Amino acid sequence: MDPKRSRNSHESVNSSESTRFPDEVLERVLSLLTSHKDRSSVSLVCKDWYNAERWTRTHVFIGNCYSVSPEIVVGRFPAIRSVTLKGKPRFSDFNLVPENWGADIHQWLVVFAEKYPFLEELRLKRMTVTDESLEFLATSFSYFKAISLMSCDGFSTDGLAAIATHCKNLTELDIQENDMEDNGGGWLSCFPENFTSLEVLNFASQQGDVSFDALEKLVDRCKSLRVLKVDKYVKLEQLHRLLVRAPQLTDLGTGNFQQELTPRQCAELESAFSNCKNLHTLSGLWDATSLYFPVLYSACGRLTFLNLSYAALQSGDLAKLLPHCPNLRRLWVLDTVEDEGLEAIGSSCPLLEELRVFPAAPFDLDINRGVTESGFIAVSRGCPRLHYVLYFCRQMTNAAVATIVQNCPDFTHFRLCIMNPGQRDYLTGEPMDEAFGAVVKTCTKLQRLAISGLLTDLTFEYIGKYAKNLETLSVAFAGSSDWGMQCVLRGCPKLRKLEIRDSPFGNAALLSGLAKYESMRSLWMSACNVTMNACKLLAREKPRLNVEVMKDDETDSQVDKVYVYRTIAGPRRDAPPFVLTL
Amino acid sequence: MSKPLEHDYIGLSEASSMERSSDKLSSSSSCTIVSSEDDKNNVLNFKDTDLCLGLPGLGKDLEDKANGYCHSPMKNFVCGSKRGFSDAIDGSRKWVFSVNGGSEVDLGKNAHLLSPKIGKTGLENNSTQQSCLGGTSMNKEVAPCSPQKSVLEKKTHASAPAAKAQVVGWPPVRSFRKNTMATNLTKNNDDDGKSGSGCLYVKVSMDGAPYLRKVDLRTYSNYMELSSALEKMFSCFTIGQCSSDNLPGRDGLSESHLMDLLHGSEYVLTYEDKDGDWMLGGDVPWEMFIDSCKRLRIMKSSEAIGLAPRAMEKCKNRN
Repeated sequence: MDPKRSRNSHESVNSSESTRFPDEVLERVLSLLTSHKDRSSVSLVCKDWYNAERWTRTHVFIGNCYSVSPEIVVGRFPAIRSVTLKGKPRFSDFNLVPENWGADIHQWLVVFAEKYPFLEELRLKRMTVTDESLEFLATSFSYFKAISLMSCDGFSTDGLAAIATHCKNLTELDIQENDMEDNGGGWLSCFPENFTSLEVLNFASQQGDVSFDALEKLVDRCKSLRVLKVDKYVKLEQLHRLLVRAPQLTDLGTGNFQQELTPRQCAELESAFSNCKNLHTLSGLWDATSLYFPVLYSACGRLTFLNLSYAALQSGDLAKLLPHCPNLRRLWVLDTVEDEGLEAIGSSCPLLEELRVFPAAPFDLDINRGVTESGFIAVSRGCPRLHYVLYFCRQMTNAAVATIVQNCPDFTHFRLCIMNPGQRDYLTGEPMDEAFGAVVKTCTKLQRLAISGLLTDLTFEYIGKYAKNLETLSVAFAGSSDWGMQCVLRGCPKLRKLEIRDSPFGNAALLSGLAKYESMRSLWMSACNVTMNACKLLAREKPRLNVEVMKDDETDSQVDKVYVYRTIAGPRRDAPPFVLTL
Repeated sequence: MSKPLEHDYIGLSEASSMERSSDKLSSSSSCTIVSSEDDKNNVLNFKDTDLCLGLPGLGKDLEDKANGYCHSPMKNFVCGSKRGFSDAIDGSRKWVFSVNGGSEVDLGKNAHLLSPKIGKTGLENNSTQQSCLGGTSMNKEVAPCSPQKSVLEKKTHASAPAAKAQVVGWPPVRSFRKNTMATNLTKNNDDDGKSGSGCLYVKVSMDGAPYLRKVDLRTYSNYMELSSALEKMFSCFTIGQCSSDNLPGRDGLSESHLMDLLHGSEYVLTYEDKDGDWMLGGDVPWEMFIDSCKRLRIMKSSEAIGLAPRAMEKCKNRN
């Protein structure tokens, strides 16, 4: 089934200077390489290695869909079976990118249909996917196995129906946190009766009912199902029926966890959970209270990832549950658990590596509930292995952050969101510069940083000076002058993604990165002090960058949004009218 | 020619209520182009709630809300707000919407938090903004709708009005989570309501009754069913009143009497909605009602002066 290819065999026959692997051996070795970073390195060694690498690559990862064109991709890599594509800038998740911006998958599919008839997997993030595209996908690739859509938009459950109907070999249907139109749950019934290959089914973000009967039968006949995440309309007693048919699950997303059950039903559910010997990930738990937690206890001991971010639990609820989950590595909660809940985490989960605390009421500025710095400190004391944190809070101090990173110096991802923009250290009244200074000084492995609170250029000086492994930086309402951004651009050698909003960085800052942007994936600046002239200059000096400006006022020279990214595909051909490529 | 808008606690005096209503309607109709698009994504369809009045004493709350982000601009502007007209123009820049749009763009360019930034984002997305702008040729005294707010609403989908201005995309929470939490909050915030997919219990109080009842709103499908259930529940408390009316004394209470009691002049059905406002039952579609209702109160018409002209008229008619 390998595509035919022309061999440069005379090259290896003629060469006598060095011992050279025959192509076959080189390819055999390289085909074992999976990391795309390794493969990029390999392809730079020499022409032979470049060729061997391109013939053996089966998976391509494209971090920015506009950095390359589908034609270029298929031209270089003839044997691709799996594609991962990311589209819109990350700030589109927060409505900073207007609708119809682009990142439509369709043209990619058209090209792939011709050149990759054996395509098996497609993973998309922040792309626009229409039902027509899904149908095209389902009917064009007979060997298609896995589709994963995250933060995508443009499709409805009709598109899922097309996938279910046509993809006879489907193993994975993973629909995560998308803007998906709900045209009914009938799509589940579209899987044929003889279809049994499903291994991953995630429709947790669906906003409506599915046909439970169809779901039950599907789960029953797909004996290899290991990941099942249902939506919140599946009730507890229905969950029971699914679990008894799929005790082999490793990853479960429950539906609604709040229903009146008889004691017998409770016992049955508990028994079903204890039979799931391989369950290591649990999520969903919509509307859960501690009432039905006991049914989970038998399974909790094996859990490594628990996602409670859709259950508005109180601290007491969490304190009851967590002692049963000593093996947790990853935990997501809502800030309704408050500091006491976080203390429970600190005392019950010594192996914790990742904590995410989401805000239950992010837009309610009057609320003084939620978590504070003391909860974070408590976790850091009890969980020394913590290296990934996403923390939404309403107050923080410099001293607290310094303590936290002393307790947990191995942070690779530190994302702190103090929800009131420009908020000071509430005890000292100072800016939060020293907090992030402590983070970058202590956490030498830091790859990703998101900053918040009142921040001056000093924060950026610290980042530029110490954050030598930093790859992604998110900035909002921070900084005092161009100097801040200049420090970062000058000082962070591994910086790949820089996204900035509502900060006083202007033309000098933008242009100071002239030499750097081609080594980065992208730069986003919105509501800063950048003007058209600077953007035009940047575009002129760097033809291999796309400098895209989104303006809302024709006459104003102030640029509202600019998105800069490296590309070998030239300016976008599908840019909407509000995107100006300079 | 409308009078200068000096608001009493209700927001309008009786005599000019009809005049103001028509003003509001004309301005809100120019806004419906915008708001109807938002409704797709909104939990509540605020197109239908343009007119509303609050109880006396609620003016202060509404004033706070009016300073900030608001779903239904007309509602907050006229309802119990103690702000004079000048406040509406100066105090909160958000309310000013000059026809050429220029001055607002200049306002707060350096202010991260205020709505001109929001407005910009909104403006570029919604071409019907212009028609809304153009359409409000009428009295500038009535604060024109803020379409950029409506667009903001569609985008951020917050279900609770904030006391301060909201910033687009901040805090950085994905829309799926935002929408989910918004729905969850309306259920979980209410300690009267039982959260869960199957039922929606709310407390019902009746003036003069010694204890409260609870009803599951999901077991009814329209206002008629609800009110007849309530009548049955509270019949024991209304027997006494019946005979003091002009109604002929009867031994038992017939259904029509009870209907009269609740829908006639004696009592009105009111409810507290998600925003904490007391509303007259029956105005909004049933689905919207059960979505926003937190508790019910069966109130004497005489106390319901601030709620609706209809109740007041009934009082007058009776006397």
